[in-house]
Amino acid sequence: MKEYVMGNGAIALGALAAGVNIACGYPGTPSSEIIETLAKYPHEGLHLEWSVNEKAALEVAAAASYAGARALVTMKQVGLNVASDPLMSLAYVGVEGGLVVVSADDPGPISSQTEQDTRRFADFARIPVFDPSSPEEAYQMIQDAFAYSEKYKTPVLFRPTTRVCHGYASIEATDTFTPKKYEGFTKDAGRFVIFPKLSYKNHGMIEERNIRIGEDFSSYTYNTAEGATSEKAVLASGISYMYAKEFLKDHSEVRLLKVATAYPFPESFVRRELAGVKELLCLEELSPYLEEQVLKLAGKDGLSVKVLGKLTGHVPAMGENSADLVRRILEDYLGIAGTSSEREKTPTPPMRPPVLCAGCPHRASFYAVKKAMEKERTYYCGDIGCYTLGNAMPLDMVDTCLCMGAGVTMAQGFSHIDPEGKAFAFIGDSTFFASGLTGVVNAVTNEADITICILDNRTTAMTGHQPHPGTGRNMMGHQFDPVSIPKILEGIGIKKVVTVNPLDLSQAISTVRECAALPGVKAIIFKSPCIAIEKSGRTCSVSEKCINCKKCIRETGCPALTTKNGQVTIDASLCTGCTLCAQVCPVGAIGGAQDA
Amino acid sequence: MHKDILICGVGGQGTVLASKIIAAAAMVEGNTVHSAETIGMAQRGGPVTSHVRIGDDAYSPLIPHGKADIILGFEPAEVVRNIDYLAKDGLAVVNTSAVAPVVESLLETGYDGTDMIDYLKANVRCIFVDGNAACEKLGSVKFLNIYLLGVAAGSGKLGIDRETILAEIESRVPEKYKEANRKAFLEGFETGSTKGVIS
Repeated sequence: MKEYVMGNGAIALGALAAGVNIACGYPGTPSSEIIETLAKYPHEGLHLEWSVNEKAALEVAAAASYAGARALVTMKQVGLNVASDPLMSLAYVGVEGGLVVVSADDPGPISSQTEQDTRRFADFARIPVFDPSSPEEAYQMIQDAFAYSEKYKTPVLFRPTTRVCHGYASIEATDTFTPKKYEGFTKDAGRFVIFPKLSYKNHGMIEERNIRIGEDFSSYTYNTAEGATSEKAVLASGISYMYAKEFLKDHSEVRLLKVATAYPFPESFVRRELAGVKELLCLEELSPYLEEQVLKLAGKDGLSVKVLGKLTGHVPAMGENSADLVRRILEDYLGIAGTSSEREKTPTPPMRPPVLCAGCPHRASFYAVKKAMEKERTYYCGDIGCYTLGNAMPLDMVDTCLCMGAGVTMAQGFSHIDPEGKAFAFIGDSTFFASGLTGVVNAVTNEADITICILDNRTTAMTGHQPHPGTGRNMMGHQFDPVSIPKILEGIGIKKVVTVNPLDLSQAISTVRECAALPGVKAIIFKSPCIAIEKSGRTCSVSEKCINCKKCIRETGCPALTTKNGQVTIDASLCTGCTLCAQVCPVGAIGGAQDA
Repeated sequence: MHKDILICGVGGQGTVLASKIIAAAAMVEGNTVHSAETIGMAQRGGPVTSHVRIGDDAYSPLIPHGKADIILGFEPAEVVRNIDYLAKDGLAVVNTSAVAPVVESLLETGYDGTDMIDYLKANVRCIFVDGNAACEKLGSVKFLNIYLLGVAAGSGKLGIDRETILAEIESRVPEKYKEANRKAFLEGFETGSTKGVIS
C-alpha cells in the first residue's frame, strides 16, 4: 500500500514492517505521532501503551526484549534524560530481541527546553544511533535499526529531527502486520542481573564490538557519497544533508558525503572518502558531533585536511539549519556568487504569540491564586505543559519552569529558604503522573510548607490530547478505573486536599486563601476539562451596563475579549462561556453562559 | 512537473486541509509530493505555514527562499511574513481580510492589514480577493479554504487539473457539505481565472 504520511508515521509503519511486538512511549513534540500512528493501522498482537513516563516505557520494553520480542520506545530528546538511568545500564546488559529507542531531537528549539543532541547520548552510552534524513529513509532505517539491535544484542538509538518527524512523503509500506515470533525469556542471572563484575566485563566487550559496528557501518546503505571527487567536500547528516543536496543539485562538481550512523563512527568509509580532500565542511544541527569525529580521525591518521563547521564559526552553534542558511554557507565555502532573494523594506507583520485558549480553565486557576495572594510574598513554580503559558501578561503567574515535575520540588526549595513566603507549585495532571509524585513524597518527608496546585483538565493537552492514568482509557482501547489524584495525595499523607472548580472564582479564591494559611503541604485540585475536548456550546455577552473600564481584558487577557470601536465585546466564535470575565466585571455587565 | 506551493494563514482558517488537498491531487496526477507544516507552539490564532513541493528533485522539506511558484495567503500579514519564499516571478493569492492577533485587545497594535496590502500591491504580483466576503455570501466563512484553493487553481499556477482537485475536495468533506464546497471552489476558480494577474 502507498501511504502519504509524516515522518513519524513512516517510523511507525517501518516498525510494523519489522514485526514489532511492543511499543511504549511518552508524548513529546516532535515524537508523539509515532505511537498514535501505530494505533491507526492494523496491529493485532502488538502491545501498545502510553507509559507513565519515558523511564517506565524503556523498562517495560527492556523486559520484553529480554524475552526475545522486538520493542519500540518513543520519546522526545528531553524524555531521553528521564529514560537515561535504564538506558545507561541496559547498554551494559544488552538485549535479546531488537530494542530501538526513538528519541526525536528538536533543533531551534521549537518546542523544547534544550538543544541537546541524541547522537552524543549514543556515544555516551556506547550504543549505535541511526539518523534519517527523510521520511522515506526513516521507514527503511527503523527496520535496519531492529536488525542491527538483534545482530549486536544492543539497544539502538534512532534520532530523527523535527523536519523529518513532521515532513510528509509517500511510503510504499507492507499492508499486513505479522508480529515477530519470539522464544520467551530464558533465566540467566549472569546475563540479566547487573553487577559491577558484569559491567567491567561487558565494558571491554562493548568497546571491542563498537569497532566492529563502525566497520559494518562503513558499508551501510545510507552512508553515502555523491558528486565528483573534489578538494573541497561537504559532510552532512539528517535534514542538513537534504538542504545541501537541494543546493548542490546544480553543483555536481562538489563531493557530498552523508553519515547516517554517527556512532559508532564509520571510520573506514570516511577515511576512504577523505583521500584527496583538502577542506571538509561539516553541516549538522545541534552539536558538532561529526565534525569532532573527523577531527579525531584526522589526528589519528595524521591527515592534512582542514575541517570547517560549528567549531570554526562557519556554521552557527545554535538553532535550526534551513535550506537558505545552508545555501549561504555553501556559497561562501565554494566561492559562488550569492543568489539572495530577500526582499527589501517589508513592513513588519504583527506578532502572534501563543496564548492560553479562550475559556482555558488554567487561566481561571492562575487568576484565582493571583487574586488570593495579592498581599503576600509568593513563589510560583511552573511546569511543562500548556500552563507554562500562564507566564504571559497579564497573568504573569510562572516564576520558574525547569523540567518535567520540577515545580513541585522547586517550591519546596523556596519554602525552606524563605519560610515566610508562600510557595506554590503548578502542575498538570499528566505531568503529575509522569514525574510529580515523587516530589510530593519528598515534600511530606522533609516538611515543606507549600501549596500544590494540580491543574486537572483530564488530558495531556499540549502534545495533542493523549490519555493518561487519570483518564481511565489506554492505548489498547480498554477502560480501567482512573487513577485518583486526591486518593494518591491523601495516601502520601497530605492532610489538606481540596478539589475545586476553577471557573467558580469566589470559591476558588477562598480555597486558595484557606490552604495557603495552613502550615505544611496542601494540595488544591483545580478540576475542569480542556475546552478543546469538551465543547461547551455556550457563550457570554456584554450588555449595555458595560462602563468600558476594560478590567476584564486587563486582568484575564482572554483572547475572546476584544474591543470594537472602543467598546468591549466578546468574540462569540472564540468564547466558551467560562464566565471568568463575568465574575471579574465590577458592574455585572457580562451575561453568563447562554447557549450559542 | 516541478511546483513549489506555500500556503499560509493563521490557525483555525483551514490552511492544513487546503495543503492536504493540493498534495493529494498532485499525487493523483502521478507526481512525487513532499509537504511540511510549521505550526509552532500556537493553537488557534498562531501563524501556520504549509509547504507543498511537487516534483522528483525537491529535497528540502521546506521550500528554499525565492523558489515558491505561488503563495496561497489566507491573511495579508502572513503573506508578508513568508514573502521571501516567493520566486521573483511568483504569484501571491491574497485574501484581503485581516486577522488581528488574538492578543490585540491587550497590545492594541491597531493592525488592520492596510500596510501589508499596500506593500504587496507595490511589490508583488498578486491576485487580491476578499475571500471572507465571498464566503459569507455563500453561507459561511468556513468555506474560505476551499474558495481560496479555487482562486489559486483558477490562476493556472498550481498546474493541477480542476477536476482532480474537485474530486479530492469531495472525498474529504461530509456529504451534506459537498454541494456548498463545490460551489465555493468553482466560484473561486472563476474569480482566479478572470481576475488573471494584476499587480
